[in-house]
Amino acid sequence: MNREGKTHYRSHKRKIITRNVLVYTLLVIVSIIWLVPFFYLVMQSLTSAYNPSVIIPALPTEDNINAGKVVFSFDNYITLFAGMMNKTSGERELVYDFKVWYLNTLIIAAISSIIETVLVLGTSYAFSRLRFKARKPLMKLILVLGMFPGFLSMIIIYFILKLIGMEGNIFSLIFIYVAGSAMQYYIAKGFFDTIPKSLDEAAMIDGANKNTIFFKVIMPLSKPIVVYTFLITFTAPWGDFMMASFLAAGDSTAWTVAVGLRTMITTLTDQQKYFPVFWAGGVVTSIPIMILFFWLQKYYVEGITGGAVKG
Amino acid sequence: MAQETMQNNLEYLSLNKLGRIGYKISHFFTGIPKKANKKIHDVPIKVRKKGLAFNNIFRTLIRAFARGDFKTRLSFILMGFGLVTRHQVIRGALYFLYEAFFILFMVLIGGNALSMLPTLGSLSSVWFTVYDKDGLDIQQPAYFDNSFTILLYSILAFVFIGILIFLWYNQIRDSINLQERSYIGKYASDKQTLKNVLDKSYDKTLLFIPIGGLTIFTIIPIVMMIVIAFTNYDYFHISPSKLFDWVGFYNLGQVFSSTGAGQGTAFLRVFIQVLLWTIIWAFFATFSNYFLGMIIAMIINIKGIKLKKLWRTVLISTIAVPQFISLMLISFMFGNSSFAPINAILMNLGWTESPIAWLSDSAFNALLPKVVIILVNTWVGVPYTMLICTGLLMNIPEDLYESARIDGASPAKMYMKITLPYMLFVTGPYLLSQFIGNINNFNVIYLLSSGGPAFIYDTAHETVPAALTTSGVGQTDLLITWIYKLTTNQYYDYGLASVLGILVFVLVAFFSLLFYNNSNSVNNEEEFQ
Repeated sequence: MNREGKTHYRSHKRKIITRNVLVYTLLVIVSIIWLVPFFYLVMQSLTSAYNPSVIIPALPTEDNINAGKVVFSFDNYITLFAGMMNKTSGERELVYDFKVWYLNTLIIAAISSIIETVLVLGTSYAFSRLRFKARKPLMKLILVLGMFPGFLSMIIIYFILKLIGMEGNIFSLIFIYVAGSAMQYYIAKGFFDTIPKSLDEAAMIDGANKNTIFFKVIMPLSKPIVVYTFLITFTAPWGDFMMASFLAAGDSTAWTVAVGLRTMITTLTDQQKYFPVFWAGGVVTSIPIMILFFWLQKYYVEGITGGAVKG
Repeated sequence: MAQETMQNNLEYLSLNKLGRIGYKISHFFTGIPKKANKKIHDVPIKVRKKGLAFNNIFRTLIRAFARGDFKTRLSFILMGFGLVTRHQVIRGALYFLYEAFFILFMVLIGGNALSMLPTLGSLSSVWFTVYDKDGLDIQQPAYFDNSFTILLYSILAFVFIGILIFLWYNQIRDSINLQERSYIGKYASDKQTLKNVLDKSYDKTLLFIPIGGLTIFTIIPIVMMIVIAFTNYDYFHISPSKLFDWVGFYNLGQVFSSTGAGQGTAFLRVFIQVLLWTIIWAFFATFSNYFLGMIIAMIINIKGIKLKKLWRTVLISTIAVPQFISLMLISFMFGNSSFAPINAILMNLGWTESPIAWLSDSAFNALLPKVVIILVNTWVGVPYTMLICTGLLMNIPEDLYESARIDGASPAKMYMKITLPYMLFVTGPYLLSQFIGNINNFNVIYLLSSGGPAFIYDTAHETVPAALTTSGVGQTDLLITWIYKLTTNQYYDYGLASVLGILVFVLVAFFSLLFYNNSNSVNNEEEFQ
């Protein structure tokens, strides 16, 4: 390497170092911004009393408790499952049943996400790969349908469910979620569009029918999009309280976590006392989703198809 | 195409950057008459095509009746008969089952509902007296006609009639075709049908359930909602105890006229403000999420950056917290009082004397709450965009960048010429659906500000209509949250809410179809394979 080359190399290296410093600072800032509310949530769920201005509770020492400070405690989590402590009788009273809501949501999420994933991918595949007369009109129709304000139709959906005798239980929610799967074709279709058609053609020459191509050729190349669709459809029921509250109506055994927690702080008397319990509920609700995200991480973050398709 | 001609146009190339943008804009507008002319020119051709297709249907029907044997002719009444008797038992039986279902529906529910559709029922309920076992009399209602169900069942009946006509024609056509093919010794069997399910008509197999679900739980409700806009379904006409009736364009008139609920310009003024904010919100919410998410994904993707998994996980872990919880949490953090964390911190630091009303400050048309809402929405939405973009970015063929680098392209140029076009291509329809989703984004507004702060009315000079006061529409309300307030407040007005819903719908549909029809990712789906 001559002298000129060396200085060039050095300046290049320096450039990369400054760039990296910049990038890491930025990433740290971004991470902090995104983690702060999360941190606040966990801290609020661990407080001994409702106080929004407490960022970090004090340690539960005698002095702190006697001084009336807000201290660390797992009380909210116990309250969440066992009920609020009645000060006069000294026993816990179960006003609501969080376990039932939790189980309901888990069942709804598990069943609907599996069915939805199949349907969403099927729809996307049909729109991306198959050529039929109604293809473009249907795609346009679905696009237009998404523009209509959804909950205006909720009351009608309720009546339709009543007509087929399905109102007011958790399966009606599964029904509704599954029925909407065609509206979510966008991302998977965009993904399928980037997979070369030559793969299909090769398989077709080998005598495969369209079903085989879908499951044996396209699917193995689409793991990330399968996982993505599954994750999105699995998370949705945990956060949807509009539709869920409308359909479950007054029957608290059919509530999902979202409806239950929301009702807890909007209609129960003594709402302020329930806020920390609400946050605790939020943390507990996030756990299964977080486990799922960590477990499936390698699929959605490590490159969608890499070179396998492009080659 | 237009792009290419522009690139070769000397006049265009001689302009500077600003001039080029101006040229493109003026080019677009001067091009409108030409485009419109072409569209008008196409109309007769399209009409003729439609006419031919229609003509074909009738010719097939006549041919089937004139030349068909008794099996085909019987299919006119007994659906599927021609198919069952020609070795296509499965398809024939399905046609027949639908016919049976249809007749059953019409006899039990549909016919009755259709007969009452013009009046929407005549008698809602009667109160009568019963005696319980203690001899006390109790007033009890007996319900008869219910306008709501009459409307719903009538719409169902129309949908079923439509399906019936479609299937009826199809099975007659198939029957005559099978008959004619049998003359030359060709037969189709159930085996062929089953084989087609996974191959030739695989589209139908895949789409049957999704489209069926869509019809029942999306299309029918939307049609019903549109119809309700022409009725007086509101607080004073609640089924089942009261009937409601057709009122024509009365509700639409309420929005635009100076009488009715309008009474002065207050209603129209609020409507326009809410509409404008809805559009501004949707624009910023969509694009801030999109570009920020993409940029963060790109930064993490840079070669040589360590701990990639960690950075991604940090962002993605926020998706795990249900949205309504994180939104409520943030609305707490941005609370008005001096106890709310953000105000508490700022006051502790001495940066502000009094607590800031982050989500209810009404200065400058509630500018502060609007900005906070958009920023918070970015916090909520960016992890999703990042999740989508990460994979897609890695999918861009590396050789594109390599050859660009060899040609000496700067990173900015590579972004503009390779990354962005690719991303826009793949995510174009998604971006559009996000935009639409944001126009109808209920959660963020409802949970953060609930629409507040309230509008300020000049009560001395204008009468404020009840639709504004009882619904409590506020300055950060989107059309969708206003509609929600109209349908859930004590004096709800479904008719007016549906009119607003339809207006949103027409507005969004117009712009998105315009975009959709001109979008590259729709027109050249296979460009990036």
